Amino acid sequence: MTAYILCFILFLVGLYGVITRRNLVKIAISLSVMELSTFLLFALIGYADGGVAPIVDPSNPAKVYVDPMPQALVLTAIVIGLATTAMLMATIIRLYRKYGTFDIREIKNLKG
Amino acid sequence: MNPLIPLFVAIPLSGAFIDMILGRFIKGFSRYFTPVIILALASMSIYSAATAGTNPSVYYVGGWEPVKGIPVGICMVMDGFSVLMLCIINIVGFLSAFYSISYIKRFTSDNFYYALFCLMTAGMNGVVLSGDLFNIFVFLEISVISAYALVAFGVEKNELEASFKYQVLGSLASFFILAGIALIYWKTKTLNIADIRETLKPGYDRPFYIFVELLILSGFGIKAAIIPFHAWLPDAHSSAPSPISAMLSGVLIKAAGIYLIIRLFFNLFEINESVAVLITTLGALSMVIGVFLAIGQWDIKRLLAYHSISQMGYVVLSVGMGMILISRGVRHEIAMLAIAGGLYHLVNHAAFKGLLFLNAGAIEYTLGTRDLKEMGGLGKSMPATSATSFIASMSISGIPPFNGFFSKIIIIIAAVMARFYFLAFLAILVSIITLASFLKFQRYAFYNREDAKVEKGIKEVPFPMVFSMVIMSLLCIILSLLAFPGIRDAILTPATDILTDPAKYKDLVIGI
Amino acid sequence: MTMIVKKTTQLIAGLIFLYGIYVIIHGHLTPGGGFAGGVIIAGSFILLILAFGSDFLRLTREEAGSTLYENLAILIVVFLAVSGLLATGKIFFLNWIPKGTPGELVSAGILPLYNIFVGIEVAASVLTIFLALVIFKEELAE
Repeated sequence: MTAYILCFILFLVGLYGVITRRNLVKIAISLSVMELSTFLLFALIGYADGGVAPIVDPSNPAKVYVDPMPQALVLTAIVIGLATTAMLMATIIRLYRKYGTFDIREIKNLKG
Repeated sequence: MNPLIPLFVAIPLSGAFIDMILGRFIKGFSRYFTPVIILALASMSIYSAATAGTNPSVYYVGGWEPVKGIPVGICMVMDGFSVLMLCIINIVGFLSAFYSISYIKRFTSDNFYYALFCLMTAGMNGVVLSGDLFNIFVFLEISVISAYALVAFGVEKNELEASFKYQVLGSLASFFILAGIALIYWKTKTLNIADIRETLKPGYDRPFYIFVELLILSGFGIKAAIIPFHAWLPDAHSSAPSPISAMLSGVLIKAAGIYLIIRLFFNLFEINESVAVLITTLGALSMVIGVFLAIGQWDIKRLLAYHSISQMGYVVLSVGMGMILISRGVRHEIAMLAIAGGLYHLVNHAAFKGLLFLNAGAIEYTLGTRDLKEMGGLGKSMPATSATSFIASMSISGIPPFNGFFSKIIIIIAAVMARFYFLAFLAILVSIITLASFLKFQRYAFYNREDAKVEKGIKEVPFPMVFSMVIMSLLCIILSLLAFPGIRDAILTPATDILTDPAKYKDLVIGI
Repeated sequence: MTMIVKKTTQLIAGLIFLYGIYVIIHGHLTPGGGFAGGVIIAGSFILLILAFGSDFLRLTREEAGSTLYENLAILIVVFLAVSGLLATGKIFFLNWIPKGTPGELVSAGILPLYNIFVGIEVAASVLTIFLALVIFKEELAE
């Protein structure tokens, strides 16, 4: 149970970073922290105490297998996360070129 | 098994990469190839609507059929509601792609534009077809990542800032959705929508259930820009190139947001009254606040974007009313009417809002500005744009011969019959304010300044743009036929049936 | 970069590349597979670029090449998926090649093919992302 609560705290740390930081790159890092906490939660769900990898050997079956499904899903989600982070970074570099700053308070052309 | 179902994803996906490869060697290849493949998809979806609407089908990818009523593989479901969404996506997609042929000439690197366009279409087709929570998430991300890139396609200050805002909020939404999926998987050990409903039923754990519902609702609420989560929408939709604005506003917020809210809250969760009331409240709020935010705008595309929030409020409101009635277990036929009205408005909104964004693009293409104060007198020099935008404006404000009137009147009648008099009053009020706002748009853009001050050299836009706008305006008129009983039974009733009767959906997916 | 970095990179880049190929080819037998192996291969290229540096023109040319590989690889993956549809009637993503004995290197039907092309795709796309970001930075410096 502690692990789940730690995941949740990590999620909130990321959310705090997204809300309070002013630097674009720090916002991106905070988003990555949130992302990883979600992945961690997902991977923990598949964990079984003392479980082994789910390659079933009929002659010598193990007592507990870990659930392989969340691992596959997290792997897929990591690939998506790679794409999102790359996209965000490209946007940040472009923004820096246009505005000459990473400070989000200076970047406010759009309002209303 | 219907072999068309996976092709809806495979064709645009491979089309995107063929564009990238051959477009490099043959100049202008992707510009003409993309409309062709999306036209093929559109005709496939119309064919499916004619055949699969009453006769839904399931596709087990890789041939993994369910074993003893437990689904083991990934399944794709084509039922009445998915077919409706497929038609919207591919028809609006085709018209936007065709419109882009001349519009996109002012940008460089159109190969990337068309590849991203195809990827977005593939993602949305995947979202509406998959019957599996995690696949929905993957396809959703494909479509929204392409949308992020397309919003930033102009790479100027405004576009980049809008895209950054959209990306931060969109990523937050994705994490909420992923956390919701993780929690659902924890309880049920399955990801199939129909199977989840079966597994959740015996161990009904109310606080957990409500928590997951709120996570999912806020995630998809951000993607659909319902009112407390709307901050990104006006920036993103007004900064994108105009055909993309038409796609984003006409299709993406529906496929990635509203469709999934409706699908999951009817077919995955048990409908309970507190969540239904919450959804109705959110819908009413975004309907009212959206229109009040829109009325003070002078930038055409921002004005249209705020109206998107408001019109989506109508859809959410009427679907929410249906959910309240179903959860109370009273008067099923009025609930059906409310849901049908919501879906009908969803279809209509795709037609008229897509058309309005294409009009805005045409005005921007000739004048180079989006500020209403700098326009005027375009009615004479651009007759096609003026006429089509008049049809769309009357349609969105609910004036009788056009489609918007019929869907709004169905929603209002349903609200009155269900004795939600206050909501009916709000719907009428918002409709009147919408009319006022669009009269302002018409007057300042097309009719003001009759005297002289029209600059010389303003011509009608090129043929592909005119063609798309005329077809869209014909759709605005033809879609009003959907209100009449015979046609409504063939198209809208299968969609409402599959939503209100989860047992039917379960039988379809898992088999009996 | 210094002599030490360059020499070490020369020594290990090839090994990393080979290890990536190993992970991809044994994807259906051991942990790993297309994605992990592809990232390892891209890592070896990125290491070479970081150690030896590269001028702007060569970087843009390399980016064009890696984009082409990426597009071709993903087209082949989609084609493999559709081949199930074409080969045996109506099933998408069908594993229609004979499966062989479990545990052999050449077994599991169509899965190793998916792994190989997904590996090429991932390697090319990670390299493309890296090159694109580097090219942005070089443009910035001018």
